[in-house]
Amino acid sequence: MNRWLPFEWIMAVRFLREGRLQTIFIIGGISIGVAVIVFMSAMLAGLQANFIKRVLTSQPQIQLLAPDQVARPLRKGAGELEDALVQRPSQRVISIDQWPKIASQMRAMPEVTAVSPTILGSVLVVRGDASRSVTLSGVEPDSYFKIVKVPDYIVAGEPRLTSEDIIIGIELAKDLGATVGDKLNVRAASGATRVLTISGLVDLGNKGVNQRICYAALRTAQSLLGMIGGVTTIDITVTDIYAAEEIAQRIQAANAVEADSWIKTNAQFFTAVQAQQNTNTLIRLFVGLSVAFGIAAVLVVSVIQRSKDIGILRAMGTSRGQVLRVFLVQGGLLGFVGSLFGAVMGVFALVYWHSLARQADGTELFPLMLERSLFIYTALLATITGLLAAMAPAVRAAKLDPVVAIRG
Amino acid sequence: MANREEDASQKASEILKLERVCKAYNVGLPTETEVLHDIDLKLDHGEFLALMGPSGSGKSTLLNIVGLLDRPTSGRLLIKGRDTAALGDAEITRLRGHTIGFVFQYHLLISAFTARENVMMPMLADRGFPSAEIEARANRLLGQVGLEKFAGNLANNMSGGQQQRVAVARALAMNPDLVLADEPTGNLDTRSADAVFELMRQVNRDSGTSFLLVTHNMDLARRCDRIIEVVDGRIRA
Repeated sequence: MNRWLPFEWIMAVRFLREGRLQTIFIIGGISIGVAVIVFMSAMLAGLQANFIKRVLTSQPQIQLLAPDQVARPLRKGAGELEDALVQRPSQRVISIDQWPKIASQMRAMPEVTAVSPTILGSVLVVRGDASRSVTLSGVEPDSYFKIVKVPDYIVAGEPRLTSEDIIIGIELAKDLGATVGDKLNVRAASGATRVLTISGLVDLGNKGVNQRICYAALRTAQSLLGMIGGVTTIDITVTDIYAAEEIAQRIQAANAVEADSWIKTNAQFFTAVQAQQNTNTLIRLFVGLSVAFGIAAVLVVSVIQRSKDIGILRAMGTSRGQVLRVFLVQGGLLGFVGSLFGAVMGVFALVYWHSLARQADGTELFPLMLERSLFIYTALLATITGLLAAMAPAVRAAKLDPVVAIRG
Repeated sequence: MANREEDASQKASEILKLERVCKAYNVGLPTETEVLHDIDLKLDHGEFLALMGPSGSGKSTLLNIVGLLDRPTSGRLLIKGRDTAALGDAEITRLRGHTIGFVFQYHLLISAFTARENVMMPMLADRGFPSAEIEARANRLLGQVGLEKFAGNLANNMSGGQQQRVAVARALAMNPDLVLADEPTGNLDTRSADAVFELMRQVNRDSGTSFLLVTHNMDLARRCDRIIEVVDGRIRA
């Protein structure tokens, strides 16, 4: 007998060991359940992380814009309208009013991790006879690259943005027949012109975007777009990506800006992510329930099988509390041991599936994400499930009348 | 004064006293059945008492009440002079564990454990953790019942007589004042039955532990200090 184990643990371990086949089967059942949870959770987390990485590293999580310009009806006098019908005005590209103050307010928010003022506008890029209308993003590289990981998407050249540089999409480069080091003539609608050197080519994973995207330094873009000192958007990243919409609403309510979160602008994608999470939660719940019922069923049978032993134990001075704990420990042990085997099975299944499931280009479908927290969480969940499942049989065992139990 | 001293010493020598104990089942229902009627019984320290009676006479019910496994419907049960009526479940369990040892006819030992571990069990339940002291006492008790060589054997790998001797050792583990034995030899052959009885008698003589032995065997009963007969839930004088 192990001197470090208390009475209840010694009894529980021996009872489980004696009912070997029963114990092996139920641990097998728990292991499969836990393996499903580990496999599903790790795979979905990997897929989700992949999707989120793709979406959120190529666009800001929250974007602040100047509010819509609206036309107001003319008034003759108090409460009297000249003409109630007003036409929506065309939206001029204007700067966010007092943007430095708003940006510094954003930086002071604890849930905000990065803030970058940006200017967006349409320009024409010309190289020789080829010209394309594109979107020019004027950015401060130090802060902007924390939000949109442009350096990660560079396929040629480098993520350098001095006042003379421009980074363009690979499709645009193809259309213009240009490459890194070539000069581009950039013309704004106002007639302003700058000659910029291509410092890098980016591939954001979307052909349409790659045909239109151009990055220049903030001041270069400001001067080209005729908005010296102005910015059209403030891009933000936050600590909890799923809280982006709620934070955006708070920002909008407190400032004269329009705040769009990635959740709002990628509603379909976000719904898919939510659906995945809900499915995973449901699977965990049902697997957990079936594991709990399995443990409870085995322990109920065990209480019946052990009723004479329980009677003898009670006769020799074992308290009801001790009997209760003997069965609770059995439930907890079954859950815990099952979770260990299940975690190993889940990891094997995941590694195997990871090696099989590939994208069309041969790259991995999802990154292999085996976080320690998943295993700790699963072991805890299985152990608590085991304890809860053992509650009813344990109470039944503790309540057994020793006279009836011994008589059998 | 002399009478009072005599009374006190008499009380101190009493391990067990039943006063007008009745036991009924289905109380308050039309099927109410009284199985024990006004039982008065006294057992002194060191006494070896045989309890006899036909099947269904109430012997086992009486033994369960004396063993604090069941409670009387009315009357008083005093263990070492202490009235048990007011005690709660936890106190009853503790009193039973420390004062009374049991030897049953069937289901003698817990099969998942060895002979030594079975003997250690009551001490383990009381102390919470195993210790060298507990193990040494179990070995000593097994030696006392002549089974030191079988200490590591699983209960299922022992004969009925051996199991019953281990059960006697287990009943003595907590050094109880009283051992209740419910037909401990009823399932054994004559030789084993005699050996188990002699073992209990020896313990009784050596340590002064009281025994209340339920038996159908008249030969064994005659070798006890006193015989009590229960017939139809009453003690026949």
